Amino acid sequence: MSRLSLVVAGIDDTVPDVRRLVLAPADGGELPSYTPGSHLVLDVPSGPGRERALANAYSLVGESLHPSSYEIAVLRCDPRGGAAGGSAWVHALRTGDPVTATTPRSSFAPVQPATRHLLVAAGIGITPLVSHLRFHARWGREAELLYLHREGRGAFITEIDDLTDGSASCFHDRVSLLARLRERLLDQPIGTHLYTCGPTGFMDLVVAEAQAAGWPSSRVHLEHFGLDDLDPGEPFDVTVGEQCFEIASGVSLLEAMEKQGYAVPNLCRQGVCGECRLELGPATTGVWHRDLYLSDDDKAAGDCAMACVSRALPAADGRAHLEVLL
Amino acid sequence: MSATYSAEVCTTVSALDLVTGFPFPFPQETYRYSTNVEPAPGAVTTPAGQWGEAVVDVDSEYAQELAERAAILDRDPSRHAWLPHMDVACWDAMLCLMRELSLTRPDSMALTVLESGVRPRYHWRNDLLGIDHTFVLGDPSTLPDEPLAWIAAQVQEDIVLLDQRDGVLYGDAGVVTFAADWSFGFDVGMSFLEIHGPVPRLHGEGIITRAHEFLKRLQPGETYRRTNWTLTIGRRLDVSTELYPEWGPDRDAVLLLDDEAFGRDVHLRVEVQHLIRLPESGAVMFLIRTYLLPLVDLVQVEHWRVRTADVLEELPQDLADYKGVAKYRHRTAAWLRARGPAEGS
Repeated sequence: MSRLSLVVAGIDDTVPDVRRLVLAPADGGELPSYTPGSHLVLDVPSGPGRERALANAYSLVGESLHPSSYEIAVLRCDPRGGAAGGSAWVHALRTGDPVTATTPRSSFAPVQPATRHLLVAAGIGITPLVSHLRFHARWGREAELLYLHREGRGAFITEIDDLTDGSASCFHDRVSLLARLRERLLDQPIGTHLYTCGPTGFMDLVVAEAQAAGWPSSRVHLEHFGLDDLDPGEPFDVTVGEQCFEIASGVSLLEAMEKQGYAVPNLCRQGVCGECRLELGPATTGVWHRDLYLSDDDKAAGDCAMACVSRALPAADGRAHLEVLL
Repeated sequence: MSATYSAEVCTTVSALDLVTGFPFPFPQETYRYSTNVEPAPGAVTTPAGQWGEAVVDVDSEYAQELAERAAILDRDPSRHAWLPHMDVACWDAMLCLMRELSLTRPDSMALTVLESGVRPRYHWRNDLLGIDHTFVLGDPSTLPDEPLAWIAAQVQEDIVLLDQRDGVLYGDAGVVTFAADWSFGFDVGMSFLEIHGPVPRLHGEGIITRAHEFLKRLQPGETYRRTNWTLTIGRRLDVSTELYPEWGPDRDAVLLLDDEAFGRDVHLRVEVQHLIRLPESGAVMFLIRTYLLPLVDLVQVEHWRVRTADVLEELPQDLADYKGVAKYRHRTAAWLRARGPAEGS
């Protein structure tokens, strides 16, 4: 997956606890266009309060076509309240700081044949839907937004007004939003799609309302951050013949073997094509396959793995090991 | 034998760049279907030269093939179709192809963003066709034609646009004038799995579902490619199902040709297919570029001569039947075998 070298080019802390960050390419120029609703996965280095590096997904909220910068908005989450620390790191960034990220990834795009788009956001869950609104404004699609936020804490209020010609409905408590949602769910043309983003409990309520109103699940879309991104995984070790080496978190077996000088045939490097299949020996502690190539039987046998995505699972003693047979 | 021989109307074209840039499709001595996708672009060196450096290729047949596409569309408008929800994808495809063309031919083509924002404005220049034009994204009145039709008239590639919804890809738009024994007008609106329904072996071996999963995960900016191949009689790009009555009988009639005519008329047909996720619409663009090389030119490269004969002889019968080469593949292999290195030109 390609990585982007970015720098913090702008910070806006106007809305309490929500930091808008403008990220520009470190070497200037244009950034790749992306699909509305996409997210960026930022590399969050380990540091105080973060034992290990994190990869955090944040929705892109700016212009998606020919962008000269990427924009995200991050809610402050207190690590003392159980947050992993990525948000605290973002809130400590300063203008000019370097940031690396994946290229934008799409998993929550507007559905093209939809006759209408009903958007329901809570809190910082507004971010991917702002991107949707930009798309609908550009292409003249019919869209309607219901937005729940605490009074005085609404992000993107001005942009939303511009993008919807003032037609968006804002709510400061769940009960009134749900009451309106119930009405709106029953008053949409056939072919309308519903998109929701917010805390899981909130999305569950929205989905339950849609189900109760008879909406088929294929018309209801939820944004779960980072669902499609592979976990960097724990380190494990590998033996190939006489040689033994460690695979660090975030490094694939394929990358590590290539670095050691092994020529492993490969094509897609994402667990689909089957080219980089490796045979495994009995010293293997267990395999976390993660590929789309091997059959369930192959996976259950535990004697092969795809070098590009598979990792070792630890045995009872905590040791995670793969024995590669070449 | 009463079979008429229509390939005679299709001239054989030999040009140096058609040999040096030929994407020879057989990395192994035997051929089977596989999910043979790889990241693109990337140059592949062959004994004759190289291919694959560009996503959109412009060669010496550019003007000729574009004229042929225009004539086919004129005769049969069903080769161009799009469902209404593909409007964004059509604009998206046009922009992407303009970018690729300007990467391929920076000397004579350039896309410039004049204004970005909600309604970006662009300048497009294609000196090969004398085009110099300014347009606004999403405003059809600023284009001389529908976006997909306009760009299809400027690339040698066939174009299919797939919309992704509910975890399924649908072939909902495209311009396909050079189909190898399929019909775009028949397939439009079908799912990826339905479109590939007739292909033997693909389903049982899980190849097609893997390819589908792979395509669904393709991210904007990612480009992959694969090759496919068959044999074609005559330099005939349009071997669509619609025209079967015209070219189908050639498969019998070709056996009546003498060796010289046979080597001139039988072509190895290779498709270089690119898969690109378009950013704005999220559609997958499938490009099919067709290359035809007559056997007389193929044998100029010893490795190609031997390898093609190996593959054709070993090809399982069901695959030979599906590819439509069953009747003349053994004659083709024998023809290639008979031109040993000593006789090589």
